[in-house]
This record gives sequence, structure tokens and C-alpha cells, in this order.
Amino acid sequence: MPFLEFLFQPKNELEAGGHSSAPVQADEREPEKTCPNCHRGVPLSRLWANQNVCACGYHFRIGGRPRLRHLIDRDSFTELFSEIQGGDPLAFPGYGEKLETTRSVSREEEAVICGTAAIEGQKCAVFVMEPYFMMGSMGAAVGERITRLFELATERRLPVVGCTVSGGARMQEGLFSLMQMAKTSGAVKRHSDAGLFYLTLLTDPTTGGVTASFAMEGDVILAEPGATVGFAGARVIEQTTRKPLPKGFQTSESMLVHGFVDAIVPRARQRSVIAQLLRIYTEKGVRP
Amino acid sequence: MNAAYETVRAARANRRPTGLDYIHGLCTDFFELHGDRRYGDDSAVVAGVARLGGKPITVIAVEKGHTAQERMARSFGMPQPEGYRKALRLMRQAEKFRRPVLCIVDTAGATCGVGAEERGQGAAIAENLMEMMTLRTPVISLIIGEGGSGGALALAVADRVWMLEKAIYSVISPEGCASILWKDASKAPEAAEQLKLTAGDALRFGFIERTLPEEDLGKESFYARLKTELTAEFAVLAAMDTETMLEERYRRFRKMGR
Repeated sequence: MPFLEFLFQPKNELEAGGHSSAPVQADEREPEKTCPNCHRGVPLSRLWANQNVCACGYHFRIGGRPRLRHLIDRDSFTELFSEIQGGDPLAFPGYGEKLETTRSVSREEEAVICGTAAIEGQKCAVFVMEPYFMMGSMGAAVGERITRLFELATERRLPVVGCTVSGGARMQEGLFSLMQMAKTSGAVKRHSDAGLFYLTLLTDPTTGGVTASFAMEGDVILAEPGATVGFAGARVIEQTTRKPLPKGFQTSESMLVHGFVDAIVPRARQRSVIAQLLRIYTEKGVRP
Repeated sequence: MNAAYETVRAARANRRPTGLDYIHGLCTDFFELHGDRRYGDDSAVVAGVARLGGKPITVIAVEKGHTAQERMARSFGMPQPEGYRKALRLMRQAEKFRRPVLCIVDTAGATCGVGAEERGQGAAIAENLMEMMTLRTPVISLIIGEGGSGGALALAVADRVWMLEKAIYSVISPEGCASILWKDASKAPEAAEQLKLTAGDALRFGFIERTLPEEDLGKESFYARLKTELTAEFAVLAAMDTETMLEERYRRFRKMGR
């Protein structure tokens, strides 16, 4: 067994997420997912029990609702603004149908879920973006939901915790989507000017117009290990510059090196780290 | 070729007046100020102090250049993070010295490159969006050619946004849109039509306040008329109470796509 795998191998049932780490017999094999990092098959049940993180540390993508479950206290979530629905303001060819299919496949109405919740008892407003809804792209409804959440948080004096995942602005909505960058930034600014705390957790991928607006506007910016984080698409950059990209380009790790994220936090520790930060940032400092 | 794509080509034409042409056509006493005080100076963004109708202003323009050489030297008018940071530095200065800000926008978009990413292109744009929303001095943005996505918006969170008749304002280039959606960049004309990126569209949907006729584009009469209009509009904004102006600026964007 290679050394690294040995190191990360679950030592007991608890580490393995309550499942036996003994090898499964061939005839009773359950469905597996192959890890793109260590190339080993991981049984789905083990993956689920381990917040969709492989034993090698690779973070598989997860949907908005499972992410919310990992992050917040059980039964603490009140969903808000789900009635805000996107339209097809430009009557863009194929977009209406695409929205419909996406809605029925993802069982979400839009690419962000908003509400209020508690994290280890700390009350906050929370949003999680949905990778399985057009890769979390931001159209008018996403921008409106996030803006309303910040306005509500400002009014109720709540901190905001936001998990970003996005391919960027939703081009089928044209300028309606571009303007969400300004609209959300305005709401973030008002929340910030009211002395309130905003934390973002960047997850894979956070790119384009979301990076260039509310993803990078947190007082504290955390990132999930190995996530793609950037503004322009890597392929576009490669085509434009005609040079190979540096190793690890546009990852959480390189964003940390270049000073654009505060810390990289693995999924298993996110809840406790965020709770700790919420406690510190919402407690009155020494100055009156 | 359709009308929308003809507009795209007109907006990109080499002979079209660039940011510096507008500065010299509209202003007197222009003095260029360089650098973001953090890392460097971006030649794609020209900024400084000047007078408009005799009164001090801060002017910030994306400059594309006319000749091939100029265009190279100006990175084709695609700003680096330093360009946005220089712009913000001078906007804050404008706030301090209580003079209005004129932004002149003409960019295909923010530079996409390894260095720009590593120096935080996304963060630089995000910061401008946030800070411009509460900048306590009047801001007018003119889109004179290309208004390319976030790279243009980072200089257009303003009290008024005006567009030249043949300028464009879009979330993505028609080429980019066509290659992503239809895997075929040659369908750009079709994308241009669907993206509704002309000044007329932007006005109709309420993204801008005014379109500017351009039959005498670049001529003395053109700049004289624009100067009069800008001076009058800055006077309107200057007469407003700051809180009211900021509330209206917030509402201006707040109503888009709700």
C-alpha cells in the first residue's frame, strides 16, 4: 500500500464514517464512485457518511441541500424567497426549455437556496448555491434572492454565511444577469456598513461574475480544498495567452498563496470553524 | 449579418474615438495620474484630474488606442486589476476633494491572463462594485464603444449611465456566447441579436438613462453637445442631498431584474 494511502486509511469504523473498513466481498459490492484524485473506487455509503470526501482528501461536489445539512444545526433552517422565480427576460432561444428541464431534474427552482439558520446555536442568514442547477449560474432570480437575504440580514442585524459555487453570470439573461453583480454588491455593502459580519465559503467552482462580486466581498473568505476559484475561465486564458497554465492555477491553494482567501477548511471542519468565527465576530469588541 | 452585429462591429471599429479622444474633446487642464499605489500602473486605464466646463472633475477612461502599436501598448483596452484599483484610488480622491467622477468605458472586458488572475482580477472588480455604490460624489459613466461584462461594470456603478448610439453593453461577447452555447464562434451574429446588447435595448430595459446620437461622432460639435449635457447632469446631481443621491443609486440597480 502506498504510504499516503496508508496514512489516510481509516483506522477504525468511526473514522470510516461508521462503516466497516474491512474490504467488501466481490459478490456483495455496492455501487462505487471512482475518486479522480487517488483513482480508487469509494463505496457510495462510505462517501455519504464522510460528507462526500474521499479518504485521500478529495472533496466530491455536493448539492446545495446536503451542504446545508452539513453546515447548520438540525431543524434550524427556515427557507426564504423560494417564491422568487427566474424568467426568460430576453426570450433567449432554448433558455425557457433549459430552465424547465433543469427544474425537473434538480428539483430546485433556482441556483441558490436562502434562509435563516443556526450554526452551533449562532443565528445567521445563510445562502448556498446549487451546482446542479445550471452550475450555479447567476441570473436575475439568484441576484434577487441574495440581495433580499442581505437586506433582511441588515434589518434583523444577522451575520451572513454564504457558500458559493458558480460558473458565473447566466448569459441567457443578458444584462439582467450582469447587473446582479452590482445589485448584490450594493446589498453586501449596506450590510457591511451596518457593521455586520459576512463570511463566504468558496467551493468548486467559483468563477466569473460571482467571483467578481459577492464571493470576494466577505469579511472572511474561506475555501474548500482543491476548489477551482478564479475570474476568467482557464481554457479561455490558455487560448488567449497560448501558454500552458502554471500548476495549481486557479485553485483554493493558489488563491491562499496570492492572498485572496483567509483559510482553506476541509468539509469536516467547516461547521465548527464557521461557528467559531461567528462567535468571535458577533461578540462586541473592547471598544464601546 | 444582422443589425445587432453591425452595431458590434461599429462599436469595435479602429477609427472610433477612444477614451483619450473624449478626455481631450470634453475637458481642459487634463493631468494624468498613474499607479494604483499597490503594485503597478495599468496602461489600459487612463485617469487623472481635469476641468469640465471650467469645474474640476476626476476622469477615468479605458483607452484602446488607434494604431496597432497603440493597441498593443494599451493591452487592447483590457484592464488589469491595477487599472481597477487605480480607478478606485482616484474615485476616493474625488470623494475627498468633492469633485464629480466621469468614467469613460470602452473595453471588451477585463484582461484574462495568468498574472491578472493571480493579482485578483475578480477581487478588484468586486471591490469597485461595492465601493462605487456608496461613493459620496456624483458619478456618470459613458459607454462609448464596447461595454464588456464585469470589466465594464466595474467602471459603471454610477448615478447615470449613457451609451453612444452604436455602443454595446453585454454580459458576454457574442463570440464567447456562441462558442459556449452552440460550440461555434461563427454564430456570433446570431448571439449578438439574442443578447440584446445595443444601446436601444439597454435603454428599453432600463439599464441606461440615455443614448447619445453619433452622426457627428468625434467632431467639435459632438463634444460640445456632450459637454453641455454632462455639465447640466452633474449640476443636477450636485444639487442633490448626498443621502438621496446614494439611495437613488442603490435603487437604480436594485430594480434591475426583480
